[in-house]
Amino acid sequence: MHLRVSDLAVTRSGRPIFSKLSFTLSAGEALALTGPNGAGKSTLLRLLAGLLPMSAGKIVLDGTDPDTPFSEEAHYLGHRDALKPALSSVEVLTFWRAMLGRPALAPRDALDRVGLGHAATLPSAYLSAGQRRRLSLARLLVAHRPIWLLDEPTAALDQASEAMFGDLVADHLTRGGLALIATHTPLPIPTRTLSLKASA
Amino acid sequence: MNAFFALIRRDLLLATRIGGGAGVGLVFFLMLVTIMPFAIGPDMVLLARIGPAILWVAALLATLIGLDRLFQADEEDGSLDLLRMSGLPLPLIVLAKGIAHWLVTGLPLALAAPFLGLLLALEPQALLAVTVTLLAGTPALTFIGATGAALTAGLRRGGLILAVLVMPLMIPVLIFGISATSAALGGPLPFRTPFAILCGLGLFAMVTGTVSSALAIRGAET
Repeated sequence: MHLRVSDLAVTRSGRPIFSKLSFTLSAGEALALTGPNGAGKSTLLRLLAGLLPMSAGKIVLDGTDPDTPFSEEAHYLGHRDALKPALSSVEVLTFWRAMLGRPALAPRDALDRVGLGHAATLPSAYLSAGQRRRLSLARLLVAHRPIWLLDEPTAALDQASEAMFGDLVADHLTRGGLALIATHTPLPIPTRTLSLKASA
Repeated sequence: MNAFFALIRRDLLLATRIGGGAGVGLVFFLMLVTIMPFAIGPDMVLLARIGPAILWVAALLATLIGLDRLFQADEEDGSLDLLRMSGLPLPLIVLAKGIAHWLVTGLPLALAAPFLGLLLALEPQALLAVTVTLLAGTPALTFIGATGAALTAGLRRGGLILAVLVMPLMIPVLIFGISATSAALGGPLPFRTPFAILCGLGLFAMVTGTVSSALAIRGAET
């Protein structure tokens, strides 16, 4: 599997965020997106997730079914955690497992993996910020999607959870996955780095 | 298809949990219908005559309760982003959410209508007519409202704008709902004509409502 992004440009409300952005990423590789606030890290991830229209450029993913849109090959973990306060961790994961298709780990196994096994039936309203983040990470495990688009995934995580996150991504990469991670802090795994500059 | 039913199931589950709002529309409906006899006075003949209209207007207003949260809740917490990446086409996502909304709002209204009709001194035949027309008409109200809900999803306090936007569009449903009811009670028209138009409006709203809501959600991305 091979991701090729060429000459990508995006304008938001008339303001160019970035242009002529090109990079490639192969199976098993992770790319860290760095840059100052407002450089377009989140915008790039949302664009790849198919949530924003691009002004120019091409995104090509080799080695997958050409009929499946790119956004359906990708998991997106954004700033908003998509959790419902009234639903328990298991209910949340069961729903996303059915919704996202291509089921992978069972909800309880995914919760054990992120260290939330004890909170399986707790409504997510009672979870702390770090636990909510871990529950969001568990969502990446219940459905199989080869590309992970992660927007500051380590925010609110403690050191142990950060190491756990490193293991999750490393596992994903060894299974031939790809990851794009926007971050301000050093990641617990080796990555290539793409540095975005603040637009004038 | 699995995803479609999973989404309906989740929305039903959320509606019945704390803060979900299932039943609020029904209670609002009950209150509107109960205060009417106080406002109009104990004139049984008058109440029986305008009773179907009261039930219909109350059902229309009760449908608007909670409609503003149809997409807003998912938009605020980022769920809508993930739903859009799920592979289920956006119009079908809207359809699933609309069906779930109707099951917890429109359907209970229609089922409660005959009991509340008793408060308004309706004849048995009128009770039946109102129930049947509400069953056929409330899906139209939900899906017309869905477009407004999609347009106002990104707005804080969009509920009032939503009501102002969609209420004029709901007028045809009201007209044919009421005329089908009065036809059933021996009006000049046969019951079938306005009722068929009412059902047609429901199907029309279901198709155009899902497509236009999907367009509104996509248009919000900039």
